[in-house]
Amino acid sequence: MAIDKKTVEYVAHLARIELQDKELEKLSSQLHDILGFIDKLSELDTKDVLPTSHILPINNVLRNDQPGQSLTPAKALENAPSSEGNFFTVPKVIE
Amino acid sequence: MEFEPVIGLEVHLHLKTKTKAFCGCSTEFGGQPNSQVCPVCLGFPGTLPVLNKVALEYAIKAGLALNCTVNKFTKFDRKNYFYPDLPKDYQISQYDFPVSSNGFLEIDIDGKIKRIGITRAHLEEDAGKLIHKDSVSLVDFNRTGIALLEIVSMPEINSPQEAYEYLTGLKSILKYLGVSDCDMEKGSLRCDANVSIRPKGTIPLGVKAELKNMNSFKAVRDALEYEIERQAKCLEAGEKIIQETRLWDEKQGCSVVMRTKEGAQDYRYFPEPDLTTFIIDSGLIDEIRKSIPELPREKYQRFIKEYGLSIYDAKLLVLIREDADFAESCMQTYANNDKKLIVNWLNGALLSEANARNCQLCQLGIKAQDLVELVNFVERQEISNLSAKTVLTQMIETKKGPAEIIKEKNLSQISDTGALDGFIEEAIKENEKSVADYKAGKENALMFLVGQVMKKSKGKANPKTAQELIKRRLENA
Ligand SMILES: [Zn+2]
Repeated sequence: MAIDKKTVEYVAHLARIELQDKELEKLSSQLHDILGFIDKLSELDTKDVLPTSHILPINNVLRNDQPGQSLTPAKALENAPSSEGNFFTVPKVIE
Repeated sequence: MEFEPVIGLEVHLHLKTKTKAFCGCSTEFGGQPNSQVCPVCLGFPGTLPVLNKVALEYAIKAGLALNCTVNKFTKFDRKNYFYPDLPKDYQISQYDFPVSSNGFLEIDIDGKIKRIGITRAHLEEDAGKLIHKDSVSLVDFNRTGIALLEIVSMPEINSPQEAYEYLTGLKSILKYLGVSDCDMEKGSLRCDANVSIRPKGTIPLGVKAELKNMNSFKAVRDALEYEIERQAKCLEAGEKIIQETRLWDEKQGCSVVMRTKEGAQDYRYFPEPDLTTFIIDSGLIDEIRKSIPELPREKYQRFIKEYGLSIYDAKLLVLIREDADFAESCMQTYANNDKKLIVNWLNGALLSEANARNCQLCQLGIKAQDLVELVNFVERQEISNLSAKTVLTQMIETKKGPAEIIKEKNLSQISDTGALDGFIEEAIKENEKSVADYKAGKENALMFLVGQVMKKSKGKANPKTAQELIKRRLENA
């Protein structure tokens, strides 16, 4: 699979990462190599193998519907870059 | 050209669990902002979500009631996107193995039963609430992580009214199950609609618009009507319909474009590694199936069959489970085989009282026994229909039985000839013209005189007795 600059730009945008032109080129070739390496897997016959949904061989881990301890608003906001009263604040998202 | 609308509905439902889907925070509505949050639902690094057992059971229960196949294997996936109401930058949802799929819901439309397919019902978590101020947006994460059931219909709804019936039917079932409050005002039920139109009789689907921000079932119906008309005007003017999301503005009665989707959004779903997968064994499914009560449509059919109700009456009575139970105990207590009279009271006077108080029938605090007793008073013509309504209001307000109120308020109807004679003589004396009219063959004049007697007796005269007595008196005069 060919990874061009455009694909890397797209993926970088999805991850909200800003990349310089030089980085784009470097990452394109690196990603290309990585995918090529992973492509080796397609040499295997996986016709009778189910897709893996989880790597641990356990199922049905559930909890009871019992209330636990929540944080106080003050504690919850302790690491917030910005807040107002009991709210977190973010740059306005609609005009 | 005549167009046919094609509508699909997506309903998001808060499940009525005590705690959130993946952590022990309370789901209580109306708490102080950010007082029901913890490291798990705030998405702090190093925390692990664990699925709420009751949320899974409720999802299965809803799936069964919607005639879905409950899948033997189910798992969760991450839906990745950035938005300030989503602290983890992904939503835990279900992609390729939902809890249940392939169901249907039956609605009544134009006197026929129509089946609307249900593609899937899957579990996911809710996002937080944003409040937009002048320069910033405030974020409250109390709602973040509350278990949601997303119920997706097939694009098989063909009119705004069908959409309305589908939603009403869905809500009724879900409330019977007790898995959700289904309260649109509190946001525990939200509905988005996909709508496109195509020339009637053709198969290919047109370009669809997604409608959001409808706050009631009526708003969904209005928004769909508006959108169908808008699209038809577009096509007739030779314009192309653009795939877009539109927000319904209830006050203005129109929708506005939110944002144009350029291609499909890339959510990069992948299996949620922090949760295990789930094997749903048939024992659990059977157990949950047994806990499902008689559902509204079954009850509706039984009411028609067992009590001889009309379609209209039966439909109205089964909408809310507790009310249906109350109505049934009234119908059973009422000895007459023909249930029409008691049902008229339930769907008439009682329903108006409930609507006026913004509550349900069963919340009026009236005992089935007492309502039946009141109706019996009317049947025996011991009180007039009008007085009975006053008694009903009194019953609700004072919690007293009908007999006591009738006695206290002296509402017994006067059927006693002697007691009525005085009123009749007065009415005849004061209305010589009506008397003459009646004698000249005008039947209406008689009813006028009866009305006068009713007035003089303060509504207590038995109108039938009064009419007979006046007639006899005039004919013998
Ligand atoms: Zn939490």
